[in-house]
This record gives sequence, C-alpha cells and structure tokens, in this order.
Amino acid sequence: MEFKRKDLLGLENLSKAEIELILKTAKPMKDLFTRTVKKTPALRGKTVVNLFYEPSTRTRVSFELAAKRLSADTINITANASSVVKGESLLDTAKTIESLGADVVIMRHPHSGAPHLISRYITSSVINAGDGTHEHPTQGLLDLFTIKEKKGTISGLKVGIAGDILHSRVARSNIWGLKKLGAEVYIIAPATLIPANIEDLGVKISYKLDETIKKLDVINILRIQKERQKDQLFPSLGEYSAVFGVNNEKLKSGKKDLMVMHPGPMNRGVEISATVADSTQSVINEQVTNGVAIRMAVLFLLSGGDHENIA
Amino acid sequence: MKILLKGGRVIDPASKRNEIADILIEQGKIKKIAKNIRVKAKTFDIKGKIATPGLIDLHTHLREPGGGSKETISSGTMAAAKGGFTTVCAMPNTNPPVDSVAGVKYSITTSAQEGNIQVLPIGAITKDRRGEELTEIGKMKKIGIVAISDDGTSVMNALVMRRAMEYSRMFDIIIISHSEDLNLSRYGMINEGIVSTKLGLRGIPTQAEEIMVARDISLAELTGCKLHLAHISTARSIALIKDAKKRKLNVTSEVTPHHLALTETDVLGYNTNCKVNPPLRTEKDRKALIRGLKDGVIDCIATDHAPHLDQDKNREFDLAPFGINGLETAIPVLLDTLISAKHLSLLELLEKMTIAPAKILQNEDIGRLQAGTCADITVIDQHVTKEISRDFFLSKSKNSPYIGKKLKGFPVLTLYNGKVVWQDEKIYP
Repeated sequence: MEFKRKDLLGLENLSKAEIELILKTAKPMKDLFTRTVKKTPALRGKTVVNLFYEPSTRTRVSFELAAKRLSADTINITANASSVVKGESLLDTAKTIESLGADVVIMRHPHSGAPHLISRYITSSVINAGDGTHEHPTQGLLDLFTIKEKKGTISGLKVGIAGDILHSRVARSNIWGLKKLGAEVYIIAPATLIPANIEDLGVKISYKLDETIKKLDVINILRIQKERQKDQLFPSLGEYSAVFGVNNEKLKSGKKDLMVMHPGPMNRGVEISATVADSTQSVINEQVTNGVAIRMAVLFLLSGGDHENIA
Repeated sequence: MKILLKGGRVIDPASKRNEIADILIEQGKIKKIAKNIRVKAKTFDIKGKIATPGLIDLHTHLREPGGGSKETISSGTMAAAKGGFTTVCAMPNTNPPVDSVAGVKYSITTSAQEGNIQVLPIGAITKDRRGEELTEIGKMKKIGIVAISDDGTSVMNALVMRRAMEYSRMFDIIIISHSEDLNLSRYGMINEGIVSTKLGLRGIPTQAEEIMVARDISLAELTGCKLHLAHISTARSIALIKDAKKRKLNVTSEVTPHHLALTETDVLGYNTNCKVNPPLRTEKDRKALIRGLKDGVIDCIATDHAPHLDQDKNREFDLAPFGINGLETAIPVLLDTLISAKHLSLLELLEKMTIAPAKILQNEDIGRLQAGTCADITVIDQHVTKEISRDFFLSKSKNSPYIGKKLKGFPVLTLYNGKVVWQDEKIYP
C-alpha cells in the first residue's frame, strides 16, 4: 500500500489502513535506534522546516531528531524569533518558507485549523504538530504505537483518557485513532472540561475516575493547565487532583497490567502522582522514544517512501 | 423622462397584486400599472420576469466611516442596487460609531452625495456602543435615525437596556436588539455542538442568544417599547418570539438568508467565509427558522451584509472576523432555499423583503408598487444562472460562502426613485 497524502493534518480523515501503515512503518524505524549508526539516507537532500508558533521542547526536538535520522536538512523557526513579530501573516510566512524550498513544513500553532489553512496554499507537505485545541496526530499515532507494542493489539481494549478533554488536541487525535482501531474509549473528566456532544464520536463519558479506572487496560492522563482555573472550569487544583488525579491508591485498584500513559509535560502531584509516573506500569518515557520512530515514519511516507524499502 | 416596464409579472405584496401588467414611471413616481400601456417611453421588455417593490434591508453594514477599504457608502449601495435593494438601514458600528448627531449628519450627507439608493441611518443605543451611557436618541431621531441598535454587541446591563427602551418609547423609535449574552459566548467561534468539538473551536451555545431574546422580550413587556430582534438563529428563540406575539407585545424579528440556507456543517474545513455571528446553527434550527418565517413569527428577511477583506478572512479561524457578504446573493439564495423547496410563495417571500420591513420602519413611502408610490422597483429574472466568482461582486469585499458555486435567479434591473441604478448588461445592453 502506498501513502498518497500530501499532508498529515489529523487522524479524523485517515483510514484504518493508513494508520496501520504508519504504525507498521515506524517499527523498522525504531529498530534503527539500537544500531551504532542510527541513521538512514532516506530523506537525503530534502529540507524539513519546523515552524513553531508555540513553545515546545518535546515535540520539536522529536521531529528534528526524526528528520536528522532520515538525513534531511532541518531548519527550526520559532515565532518570536521571526518576521511574525513584525506582523507578517501566517500565509505570507508559509509562502516564504515554501519559496525557500521546504519539502516538508512541520507546524505547531495555537489556533485550530492553522495547518489546514497553509496546506491549501503551499505545495510543501504540511505536518500538524498540534493545532490549538484540535488535533496532534503524531502524538495520537505514537500513543497507538506504544499501546500496540505493549498490548499486542488495540481492538477490544478499554482505554481511558482522563483530564482536560475540552482543550486537548491529544485527546481528539487519540479518540479518532483508538476508535478506528477498535478500542473502547472512556472520557474521564469534570463536566466543565468535556466538549459538547463528544459522545457522538462513540466514546463513553465518566465523572468517576475511581470506578472507571477498574475497567481499564490503558489510562492516558492529560496535563491540566493551571490557567483553566481562572475560567471557572474547576474550583481548585487541589479539588481536581483529589477527584481526577491518578495516585497510587487509584492505580492499585485497577487491573494489574493497567498501562499508564501521559503525553507530557507532567504536573507531578496534580493529574498524576510521582509514584504513578515512575511506576513499572508507566510507559511515559517509551512514549517519547516511540515519538521519534512515528515521526520518522510519517516524514518517510509523506516524502514518497515505500515502507517495504527502508534502508 | 418616462420609463415603461413591459409585460412582466407585477407582484405587490402590500396589495396582493400578482398579475401580468405594464408599469409606467414618470417623474420618479409610478404613474400607472395596467395591461398594454401604449406610450412613448424608454421601454424595458420584462416579459417572463417579475417586477416587485424595491427591496428593503433592515440590517446592512456599510463600514463608512472608518472601514473604507472593506466597503463605502458608494460601493455598498451599488452592491445593494445589484442585489435588488433600494433602501438599506445602515448599522451604526462604524469607526467612529454613529452615536451622536455629528455621526448621523455624516451618514446622511455622505449617503445623499455618494449613495446609489436610499440609506436610512440607525443610531447607537449607547455611547461608543459600550452598553453604559445612553446616546442622544431624541436629537438623533429628529435629524433622521430610523432605529437604535448596538448591533455587533449586546447591551449587557439589563438596567441600561430598560432605560433605553423606556426612553426610546417617547420617540416612537424601534430598538433593535443584537441578542447575545457576551459571557456565555466568550471565546466562541461557531455553534456549540459536535462540529465545534470536532474542529476544536470554542462553541457558542444557542442559549447565548435565547437568554437575551427572553430578557429583551421581558423588558419590552415592562416598558412597552417597539422591540425588533435582529438575526434570529435558533429554534428556541422562535418559540420565545411566538409566545411574545401571542401576548400582543410590540415585538418583531428578522432572519438572514445565510441562517435560512446554511448550517454549522458548512464551517467544516475551517471555512472562515461561514464564520458569522450569530453562528450558523443545526439543521433543526434552520428548519425552525423557515417554519417561523412561514408562520409569521419572523416578520422579515434582512441580510446582515458584513463585508470583510480577504487579508482579514484568509487567516487563522480564531482570528478571522465574523460576517458574511450578503446583499448581492440574497435573492438567488432565498429563491433556492424557500421557493424551489416550496416553503413560501414568491409573493410571501417578497412580502418579507418589502412591505414587512417598511411596516417595521413605519415608513409608508417605501415597500409598495402601486400607482402614485415612489418608483423603487426591482425586476427579477428567476431563470438566469450565474457562477459566483470574485468578479461577480460590486461590494469591495468578497467574503461570500457562495464563491465558486452556481446560483439561479437574480435581480436584472433596479430602479430607485424612477432612475435605473443597476441593470444586468447581458440582458439590457
């Protein structure tokens, strides 16, 4: 199967077969990491631009490393260090980057739909590295990859996503991906942090972490942002932590092999306790490693690579 | 000069006339409507077409002063003429806003000099549209405002709104409510529901409108003012207005062509040309709006023509302004949505765009097509089809959800005050 897309904007529009192809392609990419030379010439001569309008260490470094391991030339642009501060529009910036010869533009942006906008105007491939509260497809893919690697399959698993679903692009990409691959998805959050009609996406809603956690095979814990408290979305971090935070006691009440995930960065002691984060059930550090493999796979496939032929 | 419109179907909703006849225009007035008028005059063959009173728009944003790159009184009234309108009411949310005698004078003078059709100014309810202090409503009314409104935003303080209603009642002037609870709609971009959830955009619940519709109806009952509810978008608002009318309150309302024709799913793909306030709602709401129009709960159709530049619309959805360019596409969109779908008769549709808004304005000079009335006439060809491109628009802005689409049924000739202000050169070269 070929991957025939110009862009990766979200998991909503990917088919099950396309998602599986990316996961399959990430496997040999990950195998490279244990070699002495962790590099392949697959993207030699290609230019990959990281265009980040939001602070990010994890995702930006992960993409940069992925591109470098594929031997692409990489350039990083951060919003505050560019002509953006001089008032240049997003489209003008994107067209400039295209004109400089970018083959792939990886964009992180605080507003939902920003990568969709530029993808309509430039011929370079666009990878959404997180847009506003919409999607973060490579995070969704690396989460799927990690679950599949550990559990063998995704179909039939009960996966909980706990936290600020309303503002979470990670949650949306996870829901699309997990549903397409046959998981049963539980949204666990305060009513104020659940977006309207989310049950129409085929997920179950729970306000009771302590009960729901017992059913789960996987729990993906989202970062809670302190600013949300100001918008009256919950009364205090302390109350949030008491009801929706995953601590050791709640972890122990779940299945023995309940897998704990977190996209990072963590607020230890708020949504996740230090004991849980560092427990043997946590795969948080492996998620980071797998992120590089997934991003290599995406870059490779978008650049026309054939997954049978990874050097 | 005499003008003769020959052989068309004359539809005058005010008198329910609906027959083939000729119309003779002399000195800006309609001299005679009869069959087979034989007279030497500049003659337009309008056989197979419809002649109707010039359309009236209660809700237009002309952007002048302060927004001349988006629209001017000159370009906006030209777009209106092309859309078949001969009277538009200009909303006061310009820069500076029309909130003083000086502002109204500017609007009136500029409209007289540069307008292509009649422009009736609307004054702000509160100074600088801040919702705090009342404007000099009495003075502004004296020199020509036809209504007051803080459109674009709500008067959030119920006491200020009450005072505005009580005060405006003395001048027998309508108060137009932009009904939106600004706390509930804060950060909102589109209708709250599955589409906002999928797109990761903050939603505006229907309750943001309904709460204010209910409040303003309640205050209208308290004060006895003439309340007009702008751009109604939800099913529940219709129910509230229906109840108010049943209780014989002085309440009228309008709906826009885009709320009748489009829904929240048209926003999918982050289409900023469908970003509008109030937002496009669900199919259930859209059906309720059509039913409301049919039942008379909604009195009239108004465009809420809101021109915006490409550079402002062609950007991140959150940052793009709200508004749809509506004057020039209103007729084809309504013909398709209401007539082709057999919800309304042509006479009923035209009533909502002529005599109904004239009655709300309490203006007896417009909205009628009868011997002796002012010769504001629109001729519509229901059969002409056009592909809507950027070049189609006479408006300075092109922010239309219909670009790239084919529409059918357009005004082909517009007369204002007995003069041709717009004609389709393909049909009348």
